[in-house]
Amino acid sequence: MRLYAAVAAGGFRRYATYRVATAAGVFTNTVFGFILAYTYMALWDERPGLGGYDMAEALAYVWIGQALLATCGLMGGGFEDELMERVKTGDIAVDLYRPADLQLWWLSVAVGRSAFQLLGRGVAPMAIGALAFDLALPERPLTWVAFLVSVALGVVVSFAVWFLVALSAFWLMDGAGVVQVAWLSGTFFSGMLLPLTVFPGALGEVARLLPWASLLQVPADVFLEKRTGWELVGTYAFQAGWAVVLLAAGRVLQAVATRRVVVQGG
Amino acid sequence: MGAGLRAYGLIAAMWVRSTMTYRFSFAMTLLSNFTATGFDFVVILLMFGQVDGLGGFSFAEVAFLYGTTGTAFGLADLSLGQVQRLGRRVRDGTLDTLLVRPVPVLAQVAADRFALRRLGRVTQGLAVLVWSLVLLDVAWTPAKVVLVPVTVLSGWLIFSAVMVVGAAFQFWAQDGSEVANAFTYGGNTLLQYPPVIFAQDLVRGVVYVVPLAFVNWVPALYVLGRQAPGGLPGWAAFVSPVVAAVFWVVAGLAWRAGIRSYRSTGS
Repeated sequence: MRLYAAVAAGGFRRYATYRVATAAGVFTNTVFGFILAYTYMALWDERPGLGGYDMAEALAYVWIGQALLATCGLMGGGFEDELMERVKTGDIAVDLYRPADLQLWWLSVAVGRSAFQLLGRGVAPMAIGALAFDLALPERPLTWVAFLVSVALGVVVSFAVWFLVALSAFWLMDGAGVVQVAWLSGTFFSGMLLPLTVFPGALGEVARLLPWASLLQVPADVFLEKRTGWELVGTYAFQAGWAVVLLAAGRVLQAVATRRVVVQGG
Repeated sequence: MGAGLRAYGLIAAMWVRSTMTYRFSFAMTLLSNFTATGFDFVVILLMFGQVDGLGGFSFAEVAFLYGTTGTAFGLADLSLGQVQRLGRRVRDGTLDTLLVRPVPVLAQVAADRFALRRLGRVTQGLAVLVWSLVLLDVAWTPAKVVLVPVTVLSGWLIFSAVMVVGAAFQFWAQDGSEVANAFTYGGNTLLQYPPVIFAQDLVRGVVYVVPLAFVNWVPALYVLGRQAPGGLPGWAAFVSPVVAAVFWVVAGLAWRAGIRSYRSTGS
C-alpha cells in the first residue's frame, strides 16, 4: 500500500514539474471555456431551460467541463501513450517481473496525476469563468464534498477505460486507432461538447448510461445540485459500478495479455 | 523553397508507406478522424434539433461557416499539424539531427510522422461545405462563386502560418504546445459559429489583433449577404489572401528567430 501511495505522490510531483505546460493548459482551457460559454448563451437564449438547466447552470456546466477535462482524462488518461510505448518496445517485460501489480501501479500514477490536474488546471479556469460569467455555484457547502467524491470516482472510471485502451497494444502493436476511438467517446459521451441531458430520445438515454457519463455529466449534476440526498447514493453506485466492471475487465485482459507476451527486440 | 517542398514530399511519402504497414490501425484512425470531427458537427445538428437559429443564423448558414473553417483547418492540420511536436524534439535534443541534414528544418519538422489519417478531417469538412452549398439560398454572383475556394485556400494558409508560429514559440517554451491549440483548435471552434453570438470585444480581437476572422468570417459573411464583423468595410471580404501572406511573413520571421535561439540540450 505504501508503495502505491509513493507512486501516486510521484505522479503528482511529475506533473507539477511541468509548470509551463500547466500554464499553457490553463490558457487553452480558458479560451475554450469562453468560446463554449458564448455558444451556450446563444443556445439557452433561444431555448431557456434546455436540458433542465437555466442559463447560470449551463454556463457553470461549461466551466466544470473545462476544469475536469484534464482531471478526468476526457481526451487521454496521460499514461496510455507511455504504457503502449513500453509494450511496443518490449520494456513491459521489466514491468511484469517487478514486485508490483501492473494495473495498481498505473492506477496510482493516474490518481496522482489527476490530483495535480484538479488543483493546477481545474481551479484557475473555474475561477476565471466565475469572474467573467454569472455561474450557478453550490448553495450547500456539503455539495463541494459530494462533488469531489463524484470526481474521484470519475477519475477511477476514466483510468479503467484508458487502461483497457492501452492494453490493446498487446494485440495491435500500434494502438493509435483505438486511442482515437476512445478519445472520441471521451469527448462526446462524457457530455464535454454538449450536456447529455440535451441529447434527444434514445441517444440521450443510452449516452447517460455509458461509463463516460461518469467523467463529466454525473459530477457536473452533483455540482449543480441536480442529485442530492438519497439520489447521491444511486449516483455513486452508478459510477462505482462502472469502475468495478471496467477494472475487472482490465484484470482479465491483463492476465490474458501477459500470458501471450512476446518481447520484441534482439 | 523548391528544395524544401521536394524534401517535404519525399519524407511525407516515406511516412505514408510506413503507416500502411499497420493497415488495420490506419483504417481505424482514418475512420475515427472522420467521425471525430463529425461529432463536432453532430453537436451543431443536436443544437439545431432544439432551435431554429443561432443568433439569427439558419442551419445552412452555420453549416457554411463550419464547412469553410473545417476544410481550411483540416488541410492545415494535414500538411503542417506535425509541427506542434517540435517541443519534444527541442526537449530531448533530437532536433540536432535535423539541423545537420541539407534540407530546410521546417520541411523536415512538418513532414515528420506525416499523418495521412488527417484526410478524415478534410473530407468531413468538405462534405459539410458541399451540403451547406446545396441548402443555402444565396443570390450567387461570379465574385461570390470565386470567393468560396479562395476562402478555403486562404484559410488553409492562415491556419498553417499560425501553426508555424506556435511551433516557433516552442523553441522558448518547450512545454507550451497547448498555447497554439487555443488559436488553432480554438480558432476553428470559434469560427464555426456566427460572430454575433460572441462578445464584440472578442470579435474585434479576432478581426484586428489576431486576424483569424479572415479564415472564413469576413469572406463568408459577404457570401451570405450579411454585414462584415467588427465594423469592417464590404471589400474586406476579398483581402483574405493578403492577410494570409502577411501571416506567413510573420511566421517566417518567428521561425527564423526561434531556430536561431535554439541551443541543444546539455547533459
